[in-house]
Amino acid sequence: MSQTDVLAGLAEILEEVAGVDPSDVTPEKTFIDDLDVDSLSMVEVVVAAEEKFGVKIPDDDVKTLKTVGDAVSYIQRAGVAA
Amino acid sequence: MTGLGATTPLGGDVASTWEGLLAGRSGVRLLTEDWIDTVPVRIAAPLAVEPPLGRVEARKLDRTQQMALVAAREAWADAGSPEVDPLRLVASVGSGIGGVLTLLSQHDVLREQGARKVTPHVVPMLMPNGPAATVGLAFGAKGGVRAPVSACASGTEAIALAYDLIKYGRADVVISGGTEAAIAPLPIAGFAQMQALSKREDDPTLASRPFDKARDGFVLGEGAGILVLEAEEHALARGARIYGYLAGAGISSDAYHVAAPEPTGAGAARAIQEALETGDLTPADVVHVNAHATSTPAGDVAESRALHMALGSAAAGTAVTATKSMTGHLLGAAGAVEAVITVLAMRDRIVPATRNLDALDDEVELDVARIDNRTIKSGAALSNSFGFGGHDVCLAFTP
Repeated sequence: MSQTDVLAGLAEILEEVAGVDPSDVTPEKTFIDDLDVDSLSMVEVVVAAEEKFGVKIPDDDVKTLKTVGDAVSYIQRAGVAA
Repeated sequence: MTGLGATTPLGGDVASTWEGLLAGRSGVRLLTEDWIDTVPVRIAAPLAVEPPLGRVEARKLDRTQQMALVAAREAWADAGSPEVDPLRLVASVGSGIGGVLTLLSQHDVLREQGARKVTPHVVPMLMPNGPAATVGLAFGAKGGVRAPVSACASGTEAIALAYDLIKYGRADVVISGGTEAAIAPLPIAGFAQMQALSKREDDPTLASRPFDKARDGFVLGEGAGILVLEAEEHALARGARIYGYLAGAGISSDAYHVAAPEPTGAGAARAIQEALETGDLTPADVVHVNAHATSTPAGDVAESRALHMALGSAAAGTAVTATKSMTGHLLGAAGAVEAVITVLAMRDRIVPATRNLDALDDEVELDVARIDNRTIKSGAALSNSFGFGGHDVCLAFTP
């Protein structure tokens, strides 16, 4: 999965779950402060991402995903490992 | 009272609900949901207008919370969006059952798709204080979020609590009322097993017939009603339009049976008496009663007895109506919507006629408005609500 594909996929999920404008979804943005995705909605994002990208994101790892870029790299790595 | 809001089976706001009531319309219809053949009763009174919320906002809120928010926004705007110290603003919103639609649908998700697919919003959506919390968050209430639960008296008790909070100086403004959304197979099956629901399906609009000889149970409805209650000095200081006053409130309990009303009406009579006493009112002051009258055989008669016990000879001279004949029974929202209706009746001095009242039950000795809406003189008005568990609550309003 290319970085562009994962980013576009995440943007789609963030729009669906939290109403985030896809053009706001760039790697440096933080989920909580910049995109206003609270911790509960973040769980929804993670579950949707697991399904969309066919990866597992354990709850303990979710805490390390502060920015969109963190999530994109994590999903890319997890995708390779899978 | 400075603001009113509602979403009901008759309309998506206060004005359309009031217009529907004055026109004698019924909000009851035959349901067409795919599960409908799994339950013994197929009629209900769903919302006339789906809650107009954004998709993202709606997905985190149970239907009870969505409806409470819609009604609260209307009431708040109607009150002129008061400037109030957040520490002196309270949300008091009750629900009889809470987020039962979320509970049931997420239980299906758990069984069919597994725990990982259960929404992380499920607990805030199903908790019975969820609607109060939703309203409190929306308006920044920091003086407390309160959620009385007393079955079909919940919304009324939430308003009675608001009365106390303002009377004893613990709040300047209280956004108060009730909400309920329980049109689903389990609640319908449960109420049907209690023999509480009308089975009259031939013409659903005739099913809810409080005080009528041929009544055979209530019709389940959904909706929300919200009132903005405000300390008089606070309302006057900002030049607010005042609908009238919540002069008194009474709460009692039957301690008789968990579901059946006390046949003598004594418990309900104590609530009515307390509402009058706290409001410095006498039975002769009462020109109008919005009855709880759900259209069950036992309940309506017990309420008639309670009114006689509490009002004595004045009971015969007050114009009674049972608006559940049009809205159906909104459970925990019923008393809140009826409080809104009672305030409007008092303001316009007109009592909506009870629909479907063809022949008054011989045991009901009340002057129930029927066929034509009734003009009333200026005076106090009462609204009763009773709930499973033996809850009795009465609100007393004055112009």
